[in-house]
Amino acid sequence: MQSARLTPALCRQLLRLGGPGGCRALLASSPRAHGGARLYASQAAEAVVDKARVGTESASHTEAAKTALAMDNKSFAVNMFRGEIVTDQVFPFPSVLNEEQTQTLKELVGPVSKFFEEVNNPAKNDTLEKVEDNTMEGLKQLGAFGLQVPTDLGGLGLTNTQYARLVEIVGMHDLGVGITLGAHQSIGFKGILLFGNKAQKEKYLPKLASGENIAAFCLTEPSSGSDAASIKTTAVKSPCGKFYTMNGSKIWISNGGLSEIFTVFARTVVKDESTGEVKDKISAFIVEKAFGGVTHGSPEKKMGIKASNTAEVYFDNVRVPAENVLDKEGAGFKVAMNILNNGRFGMAAALSGTMRAAITKAVEFAANRTQFGSKIHTFGIIQEKLTRMAMLHYVTESMAYMVCANMDLGVKDFQIEAAISKIFGSEAAWSVTDECIQIMGGMGYMKETGIERVMRDLRIFRIFEGTNDILRLFVALNGFQNAGTQLKQLQSAFKNPFGNAGLLVNEASKRVKRKAGLGTGLSLKGIVHPELENSGELTVQAVERFGEAVEILLIKHGKKIIDEQFLLKRVADCAIDLYAMIVVLSRASRSLSLGHPTAQHEKMLCDSWCIEAADRIQDTLKFLSTDSSKQVFKNLRGISHALVENGGVVTQHPLGF
Amino acid sequence: MALRALVGVKRVIDYAVKIRVKPDKTGVVTDGVKHSMNPFCEIAIEEAVRLKEKKIVSEIIAVSCGPQQCQETIRTALAMGADRGIHVDVSGKDYESLGPFQVSKILAALAKKENVNLVLLGKQAIDDDCNQTGQMTAAQLDWPQGTFASEVKVEGEKLKVVREIDGGLETISIKLPAVVTADLRLNEPRYATLPNIMKAKKKKLETVKPSDLGVTLASQVQILSVEEPPQRQAGVKVQTTEDLVAKLKEVGRI
Repeated sequence: MQSARLTPALCRQLLRLGGPGGCRALLASSPRAHGGARLYASQAAEAVVDKARVGTESASHTEAAKTALAMDNKSFAVNMFRGEIVTDQVFPFPSVLNEEQTQTLKELVGPVSKFFEEVNNPAKNDTLEKVEDNTMEGLKQLGAFGLQVPTDLGGLGLTNTQYARLVEIVGMHDLGVGITLGAHQSIGFKGILLFGNKAQKEKYLPKLASGENIAAFCLTEPSSGSDAASIKTTAVKSPCGKFYTMNGSKIWISNGGLSEIFTVFARTVVKDESTGEVKDKISAFIVEKAFGGVTHGSPEKKMGIKASNTAEVYFDNVRVPAENVLDKEGAGFKVAMNILNNGRFGMAAALSGTMRAAITKAVEFAANRTQFGSKIHTFGIIQEKLTRMAMLHYVTESMAYMVCANMDLGVKDFQIEAAISKIFGSEAAWSVTDECIQIMGGMGYMKETGIERVMRDLRIFRIFEGTNDILRLFVALNGFQNAGTQLKQLQSAFKNPFGNAGLLVNEASKRVKRKAGLGTGLSLKGIVHPELENSGELTVQAVERFGEAVEILLIKHGKKIIDEQFLLKRVADCAIDLYAMIVVLSRASRSLSLGHPTAQHEKMLCDSWCIEAADRIQDTLKFLSTDSSKQVFKNLRGISHALVENGGVVTQHPLGF
Repeated sequence: MALRALVGVKRVIDYAVKIRVKPDKTGVVTDGVKHSMNPFCEIAIEEAVRLKEKKIVSEIIAVSCGPQQCQETIRTALAMGADRGIHVDVSGKDYESLGPFQVSKILAALAKKENVNLVLLGKQAIDDDCNQTGQMTAAQLDWPQGTFASEVKVEGEKLKVVREIDGGLETISIKLPAVVTADLRLNEPRYATLPNIMKAKKKKLETVKPSDLGVTLASQVQILSVEEPPQRQAGVKVQTTEDLVAKLKEVGRI
């Protein structure tokens, strides 16, 4: 069943999405048999956590260093896969802005809001299929093109949190403009910000910050979408070593037709200095249109985000100076993944703005529309819709500001959280907007109301910058990999029980308690606000169950877990629900502790979310442990296979013809 | 000659906010309510900045009287192009009773202290709609005034001001120094851009007390009650003209 298999290449890439430090444990090539007593892990689990070097670049890392890395990882999401609760990054809800940064941000929010309320016209941009000229000019003057560029290079030097707050305003009003701005600074020139050297920064950032030059991120190619490592664009180094000759084409490039500066990923031949080995690796380049040979196609006709320009970009014998390599030769994949990882929080922030606007619209309608002699907001069916919209918004907003705060604090292991926030935000916004239209009925379906545009604009968010499907696999595989590392450690500890007595006793007692149906001693007491104790308890139980299920699955499937996409998807769904629980718990706890006027409202949002999410997690995990899941998965494979064989629907028409 | 301009910027409840009266009827709810610069003051600042861009004005001083938060309003003025700011710190009871008379005394004192020759103000503020501060300031200083300006031109030692009056425009020529108040059509104020907001942080903003300027804030006005406008009653539909006339007679309108 090829369709359900994860190729080693894809798996490798998914794990590398996490950036350097890379992940290898899941890629075991040969299960190593071993004798001796085992505490819990089976041979297959051993295989999962066996050291494998397939496709990794940092073979120099020692096993010990790697293990230490996994244990030091304070990411809540990483640790929940091990059935552990590590609260460092989630409690208390981080607040990272100092007084001056807060003050600055307050001053910036007004003018940005005003600009979008008074100057930008989203409907007109959508109809014109471009951002109106005066709006574009206004945005440049406003400074919206260089939000995170350092001030000495002409930007505003905003932190991720400050950026998120402004992007949220953009998301409230016009996602098409949001993409134009985001493609420029969230991915277009983010590579220069993150990896550029001093000369590259000084040369390019000032004109990019002012909007005089627009930037684009060029990764996707006709035959390389989610499988980003398979790109075909090449950059061949000249014999003198002073420049590269670039050839290839990129598709669906946001700002492709507007840009002067491109971050381009291309294959290069890299020679390993130490071994003399020659390898084909991806490198990242800063390419100017002015180099010559850079052309673009006409703007694509799209479903939504029409205001943003999307075009093919062609590179025909483009001469790129060697000093325009970003980071170092061969580091392109790392650069690309870091740019994307660093940009995802912005999407969650923008989409929480979109949801806020949709909720306002839906509430206004529900509060004023009379049917059957009552305002429709008095009907339970509408109340549930509004409440669910508010819950989804609360979760997304909390995730967005949790992730960017952690990034601002210098946390490096936020990849799973960032991916979760992108998945959750894009699906939540879709659902909220859909329900907004549903509440407004026919009115919502009309173009004039302005919500159908938002719906069209939103659809792409589940597709681009890592499809939600790929990101789900990324979340699950990364989690499994970390959990695998821990199992591995446990095994080696068992081989030397005297030296690791403490670890063994802890782990053994955890498992014994778990088997006996007792709590494993995990607790959020004293961490969550007392009023949220029930939700905290639900979260603890969910983490315990989840960790246990992950371990059982790992032991059962071993390295083959990478082929179990049906399972991975469901595990990822649980992970997303769990992270959402902890995030709202944290935020609602803070509000209760600080006595925010909306604290009791937040408690209701938080409790409702936790109760339902805990149920979902329990159901999913239970399903995965039963034979019926095997049957369902088998059917999923079989039915899909038949569809493909048949070129579409297989069943006979009920009328027989 | 290059002019030095003093521009008043008032912090008011944002125009888009739905105003609510305090339960005790002493005023309106201001806590947690969005505030921004009075739109007419924005026009006044814009005019000053334009005059500066034409090299007619050499320095623009933005002034606001009120609590700490007024500094945000001054910052906005600085981001729009004012050179420096003066925050006249008035809070508590004094702020509650602060009216055009007290503000005009402060502005007049500042105009003398800062040796300015043009005071630019909004014609009125959208919160109390007093439309008195400009006139009173001119009186305090004994300077000529050009109120409701829709066009301002400096002609040597004189100002040509086109005033919006009932039924048309009036063009006057007044001697400098003078007080000018801005009407709606004087200009369209620019947006404070984000880079300029950042730069404005480096501009000087000093805080003074009214007593430093020798001004006392005693007020002769006592607020007895602040009330919401009466709720509009629902109307009735009539079928015929006769009905309409009858109804109107019934309520004593004809």
